[in-house]
This record gives sequence, C-alpha cells and structure tokens, in this order.
Amino acid sequence: MLEVKELHAYYGRSHILQGVTLHVGKGEIVSLLGRNGVGRSTTCMAIMGLVPPQGSIRYKDEQICGLNPHDIARRGIGFVPEDRWIFPGLTVLQNLQLGMKRKDQTGRWSLADVFALFPRLGERSNVHGGLISGGEKQMLTICRTLMGDPDFIMIDEPTEGLAPKMVEQVGELIEEIARRGVSVLLVEQKLSIALKISQRIYIMGQGRIVFEGQTEDLKNNQAIRKEWLEV
Amino acid sequence: MFEYLLFSLLNTLVLGMLFFMLSSGLTLIFSMMGVLNFAHASFYMLGAYFGYQISAVFGFGPALLLAPLAVGVLGALVERYGLRSVHKYGHVAELLFTVGLAFIIEEAVNLIWGRNAVTYPVPNFLDFSLFTLFTTSFSAYRAFMLLISVGIFAGVYLVLTRTRIGLIIQASLTHPQGVSALGHNVPAVFMLVFGGGSALAGLAGVIGGIFLITEPAMAATLGPIVFVVIVVGGMGSLTGALVASLLLAAIQTFAVGIDVSLGDIFARIGFQMSPGGLLKDLWRIKISHTGPILPYLFMVLMLMFRPKGLMGKRES
Repeated sequence: MLEVKELHAYYGRSHILQGVTLHVGKGEIVSLLGRNGVGRSTTCMAIMGLVPPQGSIRYKDEQICGLNPHDIARRGIGFVPEDRWIFPGLTVLQNLQLGMKRKDQTGRWSLADVFALFPRLGERSNVHGGLISGGEKQMLTICRTLMGDPDFIMIDEPTEGLAPKMVEQVGELIEEIARRGVSVLLVEQKLSIALKISQRIYIMGQGRIVFEGQTEDLKNNQAIRKEWLEV
Repeated sequence: MFEYLLFSLLNTLVLGMLFFMLSSGLTLIFSMMGVLNFAHASFYMLGAYFGYQISAVFGFGPALLLAPLAVGVLGALVERYGLRSVHKYGHVAELLFTVGLAFIIEEAVNLIWGRNAVTYPVPNFLDFSLFTLFTTSFSAYRAFMLLISVGIFAGVYLVLTRTRIGLIIQASLTHPQGVSALGHNVPAVFMLVFGGGSALAGLAGVIGGIFLITEPAMAATLGPIVFVVIVVGGMGSLTGALVASLLLAAIQTFAVGIDVSLGDIFARIGFQMSPGGLLKDLWRIKISHTGPILPYLFMVLMLMFRPKGLMGKRES
C-alpha cells in the first residue's frame, strides 16, 4: 500500500531524514519507534507533504512524493499529528465535520460511529475545541481524521500525556481502525502498546531505519531495545 | 451637548464601519498567511478610482458592484501569481513585495488619473439631507454608507460562521497545515481570502472615495490607521477588528469636538500650570489637535501591555 524508499528531508540546513526506507501493507498495523528527535514525526510530515521530501513515496502504486498535502490526503492518506492541531474556535462537531473532504462524504466512519465509540465527544459536541481536555482532544483529532475515510493513516504519538485508561482506549481504537481495513503507521515511544497491537516494527535512529522486524523479533532482542529505545 | 453627542456617535459609526470594511480583510489575510499586506490600502484606493470611473460611464449602482469585483479579481491574481511565488523566500520578502506593489499602484493611479483629486460626487439619488436636528443635518449618503457596511459585516459574519468555507477559513487561521492535511486546498482558500479581502477594501474605496476624497494620497492617509485597527483589535479577530474600528473612530471623532487644552484640564482639577516655563507649549495643546496621534498612541500602549490585541488569536 505504502512504499517509502531513500526518503530525505531537511529543516533549513539540518539533514533530518537520511534515507528512510519502509513499507506498510494493506490492513497492517506497523509501528515506528525511536527516541525523541530521531525523525519519526518528520517521516510522517514528509510522507504527508508537510515537509518537502526527497526520494520515493509510492502509495497504491502511484508516486506521491512532491504532491501538495491536500492532494495526498485526497488520495486516501490520513495524518494525526502529535500536536493535535485542534481548531480552537470551532466546536467539537465542526472539527469533526471539517475532517470530511466533502460535506456529503460517506465512508467507513460516520458521526454516529464516532459518538458511539467516544460518548464524551457526543456530550461535548457543541463545546469549542479549545476548551476540551487533553484526552478528549486526542480522541477528537483521531476521529476527525477518520471522518475523511482514509485507507492509510499515520498516527503520531497518540498516547503522549494520556492517563493509562485512555491509553488503553486509544489502543482499542487503533485495532478497530485496522479491523475496518485501514492500514496504520503508528509512531510511538511507549513500547508496550506498540508490542501489543502491531504486526511489524521499525526503529529509527539518527534519521535512518536501524531495525526492521516482526513484533516477536523485537521482544526477543534486548540488545536492540537497549541500544535504540531505552533512555 | 445632546446634538454634539448624537452626531459624533453617528459619525463614529460611519467612519468606524468604513475602517472595519478595510481592516476585516487585512486581519484575516494577516492571521492566515502571516502577510503584512502594505498594499491593502492601495486596493481601497483602486476601488475608489474604479468606482469613480465606472460611475462616470454607467452610474453609481453598477460601480458599487463592478468596482469591488474588479479589485477582488486583481487581489486574487496578485496572490496567485505574485505572493505565492515570493512566499518561499519568507515573510520579509512578502512584506517587501507588498510595499513595492503599493508604490506601483500609486504611480499607476498618478499616471492614469493624475496627481490631483478627482471629482467623485455623491450620487444624485442620495444627495439630500436625511434629517436635521437643531442646527446639524445628517446626509442620506452617510446613512447609505452605514447601511452598506453593516450589511457587509453581517454577510461576512454569516459566511464565516454558517458555511463550510467559512469554517475552513476559521480553521486555517490557527492551523493551516492541519487543514491541508485533512484534504482541503489551503492555497485556494488563501487566494479566496486575499481576493475577498481586496474586494472589501475596494468596496470601502467606492463608498469612502465619495465620503472622504479620491486622490493618489488616499491610500497613504488611511493605510496606517487600518494597521492600528488590526493591532488593537487583535490578529485574526473580526469582532476585535469591529470593536477597534469603532473605538478608533470614536477617539478621532470625539477628540475633534473637544476644544479644551491640557492646561485647562489640570486647572479644573486644581493644578494651575505656569503660562511660562519649559512646558508652556505642552499645556496649550488642545485635545482637538491630538486626534490624529491618539490612535497611534493607543497602538503603542496596546503593543506594550497586551500584544495580542483586544481579541487576538495569535501573538506573533
């Protein structure tokens, strides 16, 4: 579904991505792990066209490297950013409605689905996005992207700053997303959730992929975990 | 006193809503695109001249529609083929681009219509006094200006809050990247807002050119006050722009009618200032003479104590 080869990206003169290569298959949950500052979020931003990418990004057998972000989104790629980007002046409902690419869009997810999965969002549908809690914002930002009915979604640090109960809910939601046929690239720092829900794992270090394997491979490889993940 | 208060209030509304029509587009452009558009008041001037020219041939009614439309299209083209190319070189390049554009428009106006003011009269059907109270009359044209600008405010408010494109514009004020990642064409929205903002400035020119004066210096006269409005009101806030427009218009309008010096004010609260001495000239200054500098003083104080303005969404 998504094939990234030799992806490079720069912030000014800083060479952030130094030849990232990865792929995500249909219906897979793949995690991208690594310490802070190794380029995991930049990888998502570059795939989404929000940071100028160099290299090859093929999605559904089409080269999308260099396209505008809105053109990439319209091809079926969704992105849930780490900073959440909740629109503070719009209500929860309006935030969700803007997730739809057209007013009359239908797909795997409806407003009723979202409110059934997260009743709290339904209760607060008329509250401004700037006034809801961190956990609610996280749910809102994921659901907003789902409203656009992506076939492939990149979720950047969805559990950061959330209470354990909420982390569990996020994990369940990601599994539900995959059950509905959406491929997931999960960027995480928490090894536990990645090991629990992913089929495959990539680890990044210094702008490159330094480990690629099945979840079991990482579970059994303490040396890799120590070298690239432990603080 | 009642007569002074009533007419000052009415004039405040007329002038304030004219400021608002100019500043609403500018504040949206500034907040969404980060572009400090120094050419915005030049679009106002173009609106006045286009209005004058179209009025002379087809009458005021068609001018009211066609001139803002022409200015809006011009603004959209400037964004699409000018600003968008300059954007990759950063905000300083964009600012210099708009400064250059302002000079080009001013010189073009000089070349086409000359350096002197043109005669852009009140249309016949509005050239009468609506009412007279005591000794002062209020013209129908001023009431018409008020009607148009209130209608525009209501229209812009409804578009921004009740339509899908309005929601996209509002969202783009804070997170344009987030909006584009959801599949919305943000560059096209920028062009629409730039064109729409220019059209509003053009409309302000069509009606303001008659109310004030239509001359090549009109952009330079009104441009700075519009920047004061968006700083005081707060970047990206339409309500802030409305409040600041009315506030600054009130300061200017009411100050003109207060014929009291600083020395008189101190005398009333029991301090007699010496008619000689180092500061004697300061005590003689009348409030009515300070009208033009008060808005700028207000802006400086606002930047010092509340940099995000009265209702701003962004501080930078």
